[in-house]
Amino acid sequence: MRYLTDRKRAERKGASGTGTEHHWYMSVSAVALAFLIPTFLYVFGHALGQGRDQVAATFGSPFAAILTGLVLFVSMQHFAKGAQTMIEDYTHGSWRRGLVMLVYSLAYVITATGLYALVKMAM
Amino acid sequence: MADPKPIDRPLSPFMLGPYYRFQMTSVSSLLTRITGNALIVSFLLGVWWLLGAAIGGGTFATANGVATSWFGDLVFTLSLLGIWYHYLAGLRHLYYDAGHGLDIKTAEMLGWVCIIGSVALTVLTLIIIQF
Repeated sequence: MRYLTDRKRAERKGASGTGTEHHWYMSVSAVALAFLIPTFLYVFGHALGQGRDQVAATFGSPFAAILTGLVLFVSMQHFAKGAQTMIEDYTHGSWRRGLVMLVYSLAYVITATGLYALVKMAM
Repeated sequence: MADPKPIDRPLSPFMLGPYYRFQMTSVSSLLTRITGNALIVSFLLGVWWLLGAAIGGGTFATANGVATSWFGDLVFTLSLLGIWYHYLAGLRHLYYDAGHGLDIKTAEMLGWVCIIGSVALTVLTLIIIQF
């Protein structure tokens, strides 16, 4: 009998060598989003359809601003890593590398744009 | 010497249909991937709308016009269904990862929970956000 945990046995195995870390990040962000998303859906759904002043006031409040910032950051990281898994399943070579770079860039652009909007509405 | 010609192996999603029968477990798993990745459309639209609200003027008028049009309603309503499906399927994933619910009967039942549950939660959310 070897005194190793299941995780320790799995680490560094597989083609990338970092699958355990990737999988663990997806689990952690999934739990975080499970708490964040229901409240965010209410805030967003309630604000959608209102005038600009009400929308800016809603997302300018501390609670909605911090919640939306967290949703943007965590969900975009979760998306980038999830989309990476999909791309790695279906494509090879230059296409794979290019598409992975593209989804990570898209995730960062969406995060930065959303955070900029939140900061502007909070001021 | 290795065969210089690479073998053209079928990739996992394209095994469904021609090689494997459609089953609740495989289809509900594939739906998790489709819904998760499709949500990027509503994030693009939502962040554009937020940016519009921050800048104001014509940017908000245009973004809000699209976000509250029939197209925006369609994207956000389908995204709501997608996000609830992905939410339930994600919880199921955590449950599977902990080593539970992996017998066929439970696994198939959990697939139906994801599908029926996501429709119920979508309707519930659409009602709640009115207040």
